Amino acid sequence: MCGIVGLFLKDRALEDRLGALLSDMLVTMTDRGPDSAGIAIYGDAVAGRSKVTFQADAPSTAFADLEALARKVAGESASVRIKDTHAVVELATSAVDALRDALQAAPQGFRIMSTGETIEIYKETGLPKEVVSRFDIRTMRGTHGIGHTRMATESAVTTLGAHPFSTGPDQCLVHNGSLSNHNNLRRELSRAGIRFETENDSEVAAAYLTARMKEGRNLGEALEAGLADLDGFFTFVVGTRTGFGVLRDPIACKPAVMAETRQYVAFGSEYRALVGLPGIDDARVWEPEPASVYFWDRSAAAGSALAA
Amino acid sequence: MTYHNPPTPPRKSATFDDASLAEIRRAAATGIYDIRGGGTKRHVPHFDDLLFLGASMSRYPLEGYRERCDTSVTLGTRYAKKPIELKIPVTIAGMSFGALSGAAKEALGRGATLSGTSTTTGDGGMTDEERGHSELLVYQYLPSRYGMNPVDLRRADAIEIVIGQGAKPGGGGMLLGQKISDRVAEMRTLPKGIDQRSACRHPDWTGPDDLEIKILELREITDWEKPIYIKVGGARPYYDTALAVKAGADVVVIDGMQGGTAATQDVFIEHVGQPILACIRPAVQALQDLGLHRKVQLVVSGGIRSGADVAKALALGADAVSVGTAALVALGDNDPKWEADYAALGTTAGAYDDWHEGKDPAGITTQDPALASRLDPVAAGRRLANYLKVITLEAQTIARACGHNHLHNLEPEDLVALTIEAAAMAQVPLAGTSWIPGRTGI
Amino acid sequence: MPAFDLATTPIRDLNQALHAIGQGANDRSFEVRNPRGSHAVAVGCAAPVTVTVHGPVGYYCGGMNAAAEIVIHGSAGPGVGENMMSGRIIVEGDASQYAGATGRGGLLVIKGNASSRCGISMKGIDIVVGGNIGHMSAFMGQSGHLVVFGDAGEALGDSLYEAKLFVRGKVKSLGADCVEKEMRPEHLTTLDRLLSDAGMSGARPEEFRRYGSARRLYNFNIDNADAY
Repeated sequence: MCGIVGLFLKDRALEDRLGALLSDMLVTMTDRGPDSAGIAIYGDAVAGRSKVTFQADAPSTAFADLEALARKVAGESASVRIKDTHAVVELATSAVDALRDALQAAPQGFRIMSTGETIEIYKETGLPKEVVSRFDIRTMRGTHGIGHTRMATESAVTTLGAHPFSTGPDQCLVHNGSLSNHNNLRRELSRAGIRFETENDSEVAAAYLTARMKEGRNLGEALEAGLADLDGFFTFVVGTRTGFGVLRDPIACKPAVMAETRQYVAFGSEYRALVGLPGIDDARVWEPEPASVYFWDRSAAAGSALAA
Repeated sequence: MTYHNPPTPPRKSATFDDASLAEIRRAAATGIYDIRGGGTKRHVPHFDDLLFLGASMSRYPLEGYRERCDTSVTLGTRYAKKPIELKIPVTIAGMSFGALSGAAKEALGRGATLSGTSTTTGDGGMTDEERGHSELLVYQYLPSRYGMNPVDLRRADAIEIVIGQGAKPGGGGMLLGQKISDRVAEMRTLPKGIDQRSACRHPDWTGPDDLEIKILELREITDWEKPIYIKVGGARPYYDTALAVKAGADVVVIDGMQGGTAATQDVFIEHVGQPILACIRPAVQALQDLGLHRKVQLVVSGGIRSGADVAKALALGADAVSVGTAALVALGDNDPKWEADYAALGTTAGAYDDWHEGKDPAGITTQDPALASRLDPVAAGRRLANYLKVITLEAQTIARACGHNHLHNLEPEDLVALTIEAAAMAQVPLAGTSWIPGRTGI
Repeated sequence: MPAFDLATTPIRDLNQALHAIGQGANDRSFEVRNPRGSHAVAVGCAAPVTVTVHGPVGYYCGGMNAAAEIVIHGSAGPGVGENMMSGRIIVEGDASQYAGATGRGGLLVIKGNASSRCGISMKGIDIVVGGNIGHMSAFMGQSGHLVVFGDAGEALGDSLYEAKLFVRGKVKSLGADCVEKEMRPEHLTTLDRLLSDAGMSGARPEEFRRYGSARRLYNFNIDNADAY
């Protein structure tokens, strides 16, 4: 039960402002969820390079050796940026698995939030304005981003329980609603080898989509499959390296508003979240249809949408 | 010499017992599930399985007639400008005009007012009978919104947003045609005589994040005066309480599975929800985790009968209790003096639960003017006041014996459990041990 | 003319001023600026005032309205005019879910589209929508009229009681117990009055089709169990 925002830019001129626009959208949704907040930003891609975002409860000790470790595994080109409780390691894509293996061999006081060529995820307990300022989100640039402010239903109020959830490279998901078959799905996905960090229903949704995409489906197709397999109430906004998707459940009683202009596609749990966007007064504004998938991809022609 | 097998006495199945067999035959004959009123009838762990320790050497009791034991409680202190002040921690639970006759609603108002406590409307709107005779009236805000209007909202003393009830958490209502009289039909904007279907979710919000905005609207309409209660059925009490608080409730009401209803499927009443005994501690834990125990008040209901039940509910952390079924019995429901009439309906006093059929011999759960005239609202109100007085005195007696000068000072540590089940659910030790199942040792 | 800028004034001040209007008050025209999707704008009005809102509103604008005329120059969030008793609410833009939910009287005009569950559980309100309406509209509608110039989404009039539905465009599907009914002269008269009250021209009553309850769910019958 939460507030969701998402912004997918079509106009490159807005990319410098992505963090600021998304931050304002998320802070506006604060009333919808007081427990935790998080944001995923898809930044610039550098060929052959990846980013791994870490979180630590005690960053000063946990991140002390991170740079040395990263360089040991990935060579001198690895770098570390520390932002409050999060750290982003940038390294050669070919070294990501080695870094992960090294961490597994010597468990540290931090956890991986996301990996991918462009994604960075920042999330913590607390209100959106605190989270936005702790991680200096406003200054971040990027192509698209997703934010979430959470009112926890049946799982713990922790950093790991905050959204977005990332269960695959450059993938993330935020959710508003409450799934009613996530325990059975979790057991099935666990048998298929997927590991879960939380008891959160939304993490199951993220992992479900990751599993479908691993089978070779694109994001749109994975979302379509979700309509048949997920039970309960859900609105998802999901991101991939180049894609941005929205899935609305057949019952469709959790709020959702979308807006599209030549410059962007935006999603908000309420219209309030969108009022600060440039040109919003002239945007096409609509509510996503029940049992429908909306999907945009930067690699395809901008503005393509697919409705079930 | 011939050998005779000893006769084998007929033996009935414990699984297919008489009640199960009768229900299979009934279902086969009618093709309709069994609808009835009331709460669960099966045995479930309850307050009976708890005992108070009383004071002796390590603690000292209070003197019954001299040393004060306060019973007052204030509900709605979190945000409301005008909290509700009750003289006793026992309120009358929501029951609709429609389910009950106008005279019965009046009697509830009279009895509660004499006792310094509140009554509650139900799924049918507010009647002049109950507003006029209830000094403190809680107005229920239900999925059907029957009879909902801003005038009544403003003349209520508190607003109770009903998400669910103990008899059917997650279910809607059902009022069969026999009881949709002209007046009930008009109040509910329904054709007369139809079987009314009630929705299970509210029409214009779903989930606690939207509920927060609904509460803002109700507070704005009523100028932030009225306490806002949120009532849920006993299902997931920890999360439901936490979310009610996050949505902005002043008061959380939890109704266990023993709580009655006007009419719903028997399978729902008997198989969905938890006994109130299992709901109180998780709800209190949620309030404590949020630092709001006693600041957001907790009202519990479902099977409250005696002052011992009141004291036990309060000792486990509730601020007040609600009575519904017990209040109807105090008015005269299921009274053996109508036994001949109960027999004519194929039942017996004490078992009558077909409240939806509108043929209540006691004239309480009916819209039939002849039957309703059997209930004298003044005398019935007096009986309710007497009953409320007795259970309050009983609760005070127990609290004094445990050394407390206020019912709210009762603690879980004043209690032990007679059964392992009750010990686990109430999170108090099994009598004679220090063992709290799930908390200490094995 | 009292004016409230919601960018600088709390919503409490606006509603308090609206509730404080007494008999004989002179200032009966209120202006509201910068609502920016605020919730509970002009709720619980009980006097014949005019409230003009410049911009989009959030949830429950005009909730439980009695007597007031509220004009929203923008879009409306969920539950606009919920449980309205009387008066008139006009939305110049689109409306979100639950428009006019449980409304008991008065007239709600939505010049753009209305989303899902428009007129859910309506109990006497008249709703006129210039564009399309979403799924589950008029669910459990008990009384009143819903007039739609455009198309209706899935499950129109599901579990309908006695609310009367008029749709000019296509209906994606009818809900349980909702059927198309004959348009009789009295319905054309009613429709004509509703269009005129709403100030909506551009359509003649004859262009609409009428939908209402088949009344098969009025008394429980196991043979209809699939509809429950």
